[in-house]
Amino acid sequence: MRKKQTGAASGISFETDRSRWTAPLRDLLHHNKIAVVSAVIILLLVLAACLAPVLTPYGETQMDLMNRLSPPSAKHWLGTDEGGRDILTRMLYGSRISLMVGIVPSLLSLVLGTALGMLAGFRGGKTDAVIMRAADIMLAFPSILLAMVIMYTLGGDLPAVFLTLTLVNWAEVARITRAETLRLKENEYVEAARVIGVSRMRIMLRHILPNCLPTLIVLFTLNVPAAIMTESSLSFLGLGIQPPYASWGRMINIGRQYLYTAPWLCFAPGAAIMVCVLAFHFLGDGLRDALDPHLKKR
Amino acid sequence: MLNTFVRRLGQAVIVLLAVALLLFVMLRIIPGNPVTTMMGEHADSATIERMTREMGLDQPILTQFFQYLLGAVRGDFGTSYSLKKPVAELMGAALGNTVKLAVFASLFAWVTGILCGVLAAVRKNSIPDRLFMGFSLLGVSMPVFVTAMVLQYVFGYLLRWLPISGAESWTSFILPAIALGWNSAGSIARLVRSTLLGVLEEDYIDTARAKGRTPLGVLTRHALRNAMLPVITMMAIQFSGLLSGAVITETVFSINGIGQLTVRAISGRDIPLMQGTVLFAVTIVILGNLAADSLYSVLDPRIRKGG
Amino acid sequence: MNDNMLEIRNLCVSFPTDKGEVKAAADVSLTVPKGKIAGIVGESGCGKSVTARSVMGLIRRPGRVTAGEILLDGREILHLPEKEKCRLRGSEMSMIFQEPMTSLNPVVRVGKQVEETVLLHEQLSGTAARKRVLEMLEAVGIADPQKRYNAWPHQLSGGLRQRVMIAMAMICRPKLLIADEPTTALDVTVEAQILQLMRRLCEGGTSVLLISHNLGVIAQVCDRVSVMYAGRVVESADTDTLFDRPMHPYTRGLMRAVSSLQENGEHLDTIPGTVPDLNHLPEGCSFSPRCSLCADGCRQRMPELEEIMPGHTVRCFRPGEEAEA
Repeated sequence: MRKKQTGAASGISFETDRSRWTAPLRDLLHHNKIAVVSAVIILLLVLAACLAPVLTPYGETQMDLMNRLSPPSAKHWLGTDEGGRDILTRMLYGSRISLMVGIVPSLLSLVLGTALGMLAGFRGGKTDAVIMRAADIMLAFPSILLAMVIMYTLGGDLPAVFLTLTLVNWAEVARITRAETLRLKENEYVEAARVIGVSRMRIMLRHILPNCLPTLIVLFTLNVPAAIMTESSLSFLGLGIQPPYASWGRMINIGRQYLYTAPWLCFAPGAAIMVCVLAFHFLGDGLRDALDPHLKKR
Repeated sequence: MLNTFVRRLGQAVIVLLAVALLLFVMLRIIPGNPVTTMMGEHADSATIERMTREMGLDQPILTQFFQYLLGAVRGDFGTSYSLKKPVAELMGAALGNTVKLAVFASLFAWVTGILCGVLAAVRKNSIPDRLFMGFSLLGVSMPVFVTAMVLQYVFGYLLRWLPISGAESWTSFILPAIALGWNSAGSIARLVRSTLLGVLEEDYIDTARAKGRTPLGVLTRHALRNAMLPVITMMAIQFSGLLSGAVITETVFSINGIGQLTVRAISGRDIPLMQGTVLFAVTIVILGNLAADSLYSVLDPRIRKGG
Repeated sequence: MNDNMLEIRNLCVSFPTDKGEVKAAADVSLTVPKGKIAGIVGESGCGKSVTARSVMGLIRRPGRVTAGEILLDGREILHLPEKEKCRLRGSEMSMIFQEPMTSLNPVVRVGKQVEETVLLHEQLSGTAARKRVLEMLEAVGIADPQKRYNAWPHQLSGGLRQRVMIAMAMICRPKLLIADEPTTALDVTVEAQILQLMRRLCEGGTSVLLISHNLGVIAQVCDRVSVMYAGRVVESADTDTLFDRPMHPYTRGLMRAVSSLQENGEHLDTIPGTVPDLNHLPEGCSFSPRCSLCADGCRQRMPELEEIMPGHTVRCFRPGEEAEA
């Protein structure tokens, strides 16, 4: 059922065809129920985040000082925080921030890392050396510290947080993409393409990139939880998202002082982070098993 | 083999210097005179100018960098703006706790991780396997601060078994070690399991059994020796990670270590302290990577002799 | 009382697969006489390796032995507890495998690996053990045993590694040596040397069970041969008898194919059809779809292994008949 396009006209055989995708996905559906459940959970979370205003009767900043720090009840499913705000509401709005902060920088760092990695792998020589040295420098920092230093430089507003998380993650993507590019470069169809004069850019985009895609997809699903965790760690330390925005990490930061008196302030967002991260991990693991045996070494 | 090591060491030093320069520049890009922050709003401009000159902050950045390097070689990493003490002294005092924490966390991570990984591999697809791997996945997925706070709440507050803060006795390190190490334990368990499963399929395992080795003997004397190679590499990297990245754990458990010092430096906009702590962390990471690379060459006879 | 070092009786080994239980070996019976070399020959997947491994108790999970008996020097060993089996392995019976490249532990020195066998079964001091190892290395034809003792497996050639494997297997002077395709991965010249070595060992008193898919190897060294097809023994006889007067159509087909190759003629005689999928064995005799002598009865019942002459057993309803032209 696989169609390989070969022939002198196209000159090159490349393995992108539909069955390559549907077969692993079907594999996933049958064997890895957890991954599928995780995907569903993630979709639900995203949906909930988008529909936040619709899903809750309370406003995001609606305070009710008579009822502050009340435990979960029928009126407030997850209780109220120190300002009397409904926690479930804050969580729903917070999920917007947390999910965006997980997904957007991961996408950006994926794009950036892939571009640089492919460039380094394909061109070799000085380009490779420069890009890899830059990556080494980024990777020499523990990610929390790198994030902290970048945020110090850039400030604490939302775009800065996005940029920080992007910069923290691109190096690993670049490394892996470079390795994949080096590996794929050796394939004969790339040689053939160059011989018939296909431009380098075209080769990269049409031949190397599609074959890197499975690896990249898996990387993405593993980078999103990393970004979420980094952001929530930063916010937990008070260094990340600043008011008026509230991510789950920030909620935990604030709730920390009430850990013993009103633990639901911390545990609700904490559990949310966990579920989110777990879901992405399961999905990533499942995708990796289905799509790309090469990454199994990680 | 010595040549490769020297070459790697040279590269590591270059990366370290580049990082130091990058850090130096990044911390000084933002507008605003740190002296003003230090002295508060009430200092007059004359004093500010004098201090700025004294501290050499009016010089070009590269000159400042070289002066910093010269000082560093002598052991002088500047003086903390906020705490008014030499950075080297502050870090020295904090180092002990950070090292203790890293050691405890590593021990916890490696002992539980390796045990779980081995048991999971040997009883593949059974209930213990799934249980252990479930725990591992949980460990890798829970942010440290969530683990830390859950532990604090359950064991410190509800059960009152263990202290939840400070660093007085070794028991105060138990909860932080678990919080910090659980993540690493999870990674180690998964790696041990997968490499061991791979090794157990190899032909030389059959040979060992054909000689009359008991299953335990096969496991310890043949399987593990081969499976542990990549694990040891990971352990080296993990230790350096635990040593350099314990920021959150130290904050949650109020341990006076370098991590906490880093947070304080950043919130206090204390540039010399930030430089000192971050450079410390980076050096540890670079050394860890160096050790990991070299260890693999040393331990695997196939690579060692190059045959 | 018993002339046989090894007796396998009605051995059945099955593997659970996605598509059901597969019988890798069914009703396998064969013997290895004392002091002789017996061979099992057959194509890939016919069950010869599985049979060999069952003797040692080394079937890989999830496969398992479901029926049969195995007697080593008159003693039933199939149903012994694992601990007993460990005691026998390496000391009374041992095995060498096909791939010398991967059969040695890459991170342990060669000398130590050979020493392991003797230390497991005999109480020897370190020096005495080492001495034994060096003697053994020399006995299997390894020059400069001192140097090789300290070598790492990856530093040795395939032939040397296989000699080391043989040393490892023979150092406790076992009664039975099982060799599973010992020369398949080796060059022809090295193969001849290894086979010669095995003949020598046999003359020294060890009984050998040799597995191969190569009729040439079997012809060179074996005293008795069993032919296996689709998990069953189809013919068993002395080597000379088997090559001179094969009775089973499959054996005849094999012999014809080999001799047509040697004659340099234009026509290569092959057996039509392909080896059956063990999941979908035909009704009746497994060879029936490919057999030129196939009659209706062959497709209905599986023939039993019957002794048509002393020492010569065949599993066929029409043994020795010629096909109508």
